[in-house]
Amino acid sequence: MLTIKNLHAEVDGKAILKGIDLEIRKGEVHAIMGPNGSGKSSLASVLAGRENYTVTQGEVNFDGKELLELSPEDRAREGVFLAFQYPVEIPGVSNLNFLKTALNEIRAYKGLPALEAKEFLKLTKEKQQLVDFNANLMNRSLNEGFSGGEKKRNEIFQLAMLDPKLGILDETDSGLDIDALRIVANGVNKLRGPEKSFLLITHYQRLLDYIIPDFVHVLYNGRIVKTGTKELALELEEKGYDWLREAEVHV
Amino acid sequence: MTHDITIPFYQYILEGGNGLTPKEDVLYATRQDALARFRSLGLPDLKTEAWRYTNIQRTLKEQPFILQQQPLPVTASQVAPAAIADLPCYRAVLVNGHLQPELSDLPEIKDITISKLSEASQQAGFKAHFDKHPHLADQPFAALNTALFADGLYIELKKNAILDKPLHIVHVYTLSQHAFLQPRHLFIVHPHASGAIIESSVGLHDGVVAFVNSVSEVILEENAELWHYNLQNTVQDSRHVTHTAILQQAYSRYHHHNFALPQANLIRNNLSVALKGSYTETDLHGLTLVTEQQHVDNHTFVDHLVPHCNSNELYKGVLLDNANSVFTGRIHVHQDAQKTNAFQQNNNLLLSEKANINSQPQLEIYADDVKCSHGFTVGQFSEESLFYLRSRGIGQEAAKTLLVNAFAFDITDQVHIPALQHYLTEEILRYVTRN
Repeated sequence: MLTIKNLHAEVDGKAILKGIDLEIRKGEVHAIMGPNGSGKSSLASVLAGRENYTVTQGEVNFDGKELLELSPEDRAREGVFLAFQYPVEIPGVSNLNFLKTALNEIRAYKGLPALEAKEFLKLTKEKQQLVDFNANLMNRSLNEGFSGGEKKRNEIFQLAMLDPKLGILDETDSGLDIDALRIVANGVNKLRGPEKSFLLITHYQRLLDYIIPDFVHVLYNGRIVKTGTKELALELEEKGYDWLREAEVHV
Repeated sequence: MTHDITIPFYQYILEGGNGLTPKEDVLYATRQDALARFRSLGLPDLKTEAWRYTNIQRTLKEQPFILQQQPLPVTASQVAPAAIADLPCYRAVLVNGHLQPELSDLPEIKDITISKLSEASQQAGFKAHFDKHPHLADQPFAALNTALFADGLYIELKKNAILDKPLHIVHVYTLSQHAFLQPRHLFIVHPHASGAIIESSVGLHDGVVAFVNSVSEVILEENAELWHYNLQNTVQDSRHVTHTAILQQAYSRYHHHNFALPQANLIRNNLSVALKGSYTETDLHGLTLVTEQQHVDNHTFVDHLVPHCNSNELYKGVLLDNANSVFTGRIHVHQDAQKTNAFQQNNNLLLSEKANINSQPQLEIYADDVKCSHGFTVGQFSEESLFYLRSRGIGQEAAKTLLVNAFAFDITDQVHIPALQHYLTEEILRYVTRN
């Protein structure tokens, strides 16, 4: 589904990603771990199309399309969803109106008619339950005055509503208490399926107790330096990231 | 302040104005005084402090304007575009300032008078308040209006009267040649009375220009309440200088909502409030959404004369293309006006590199126990917000529209009539998506 080949990217002339290779097949859950500044969130940003990143080399194929040639909105319409590390507050745009606009733009792109109000509300109710999202927040301005946990839940709720092929969770677990983490993880687990893939970006192994990944990659200094299964996450938790510095010397 | 004015229009007004009012007119002396005042004040130019960002003389010398234009025949279908969908309301249709009862739907409520101003000159309210507002005395355009106005609307809500539906005042302009129109209105809300007024306009002229110099005096007696919506859209080839002068007595509440939207070439709104009684509430809200070469200048003045009054002012601007916006917010808190709360905010969203905004707060505070604040911001779209919306599949244009609406929300949200709020949100959407 997603094939990243030799991806290099920079911000303000500074190289951040230095040759990433990654293959995510349908239905797989991949976790990317690594210390601060290793390029984890940058990878998520480049995949979603954030404009201040410049791709200098490499290619990304998503379900047969050259992802890097698409606008951010077209990437979303093709089925890439980025759950933000810091979801944006937009006063004056209601959650409901925002979701309706997004959903219908995606449907229009696929040649589908806009959802009837009734169907939309039904879908909304169903997906709210998935992440235990407070229905009262729906009519409020997008993320405005939401707690950290509510914002992250809203990200997963949006993911459930927009039903992408690939969900990228950028440090969704950071700043979450254990209850909120469980709710978010449960939501993701319920959404898992043979047609949907996930890329979990996290600093902590804790998330992976709740969402069991198929593969764990370690990102360091803009490169994937190690790939394994969920046991690798435990090993990282135990040893920290310091050993990577030594490992890199030998690469 | 007197300036040497050599433009022909000025001479033309002085000569033409002299002959317009017959000697037997009850206002003959008032008009002669006003004309003399106008002569001594002169037309403002860019050296006049209050007009330094709006070159009004340039818009006057382009062509000869006639000073009076009798209304041409207007049909109901020509007025229909002004209607606000699903809004239950009364309607007063004015053509070039002249009330047209057959096109109107006026309330038949005891204690509510709506008539031509020209028919109200014997009313006690007229005698007590006409041309008496303290802020009009030094205003050249207001003086000119007093000297030359043809007619306008007189509204009086007597004691305890309630206007059960909003009154929609539709100003229709029909011209056969360039015309300088001067409507004049007087609204009096007596103690404990309340109502809502919505003003909007329709321009039926084509290929000629309307210069509209209007003055409205609004009197709120004790504990009276008025919602006053002013929609400035849909009139092309027009320039507007308005002066809305409000006088508030104790416990009265005045809510002003101005929407300066595309079409008119130039809008200069003078909005001034004299707070004569304590414990009043004054809300001044404005949304300026300007496109192309439009120039909109909101000049506001809140005069806190007595203690314990609250004024709250929020103006927002969305600027596109080569548009120009000016905001002046003057607040004067007199020495006696202790316990004043006066807040002012002006926020702008610049959506074009060629658009221009000038904003100037003017706070003069002579009392020592007051809460006053002012603020000004100018910004562009937040890139992060835009990216967030796009990352959810919302196209760049739709995302910008959402963000403009979000920016305007603080103002539209204050509109307390749902159908009007919906109408305005749609209007804003229409102008933003067109760009």
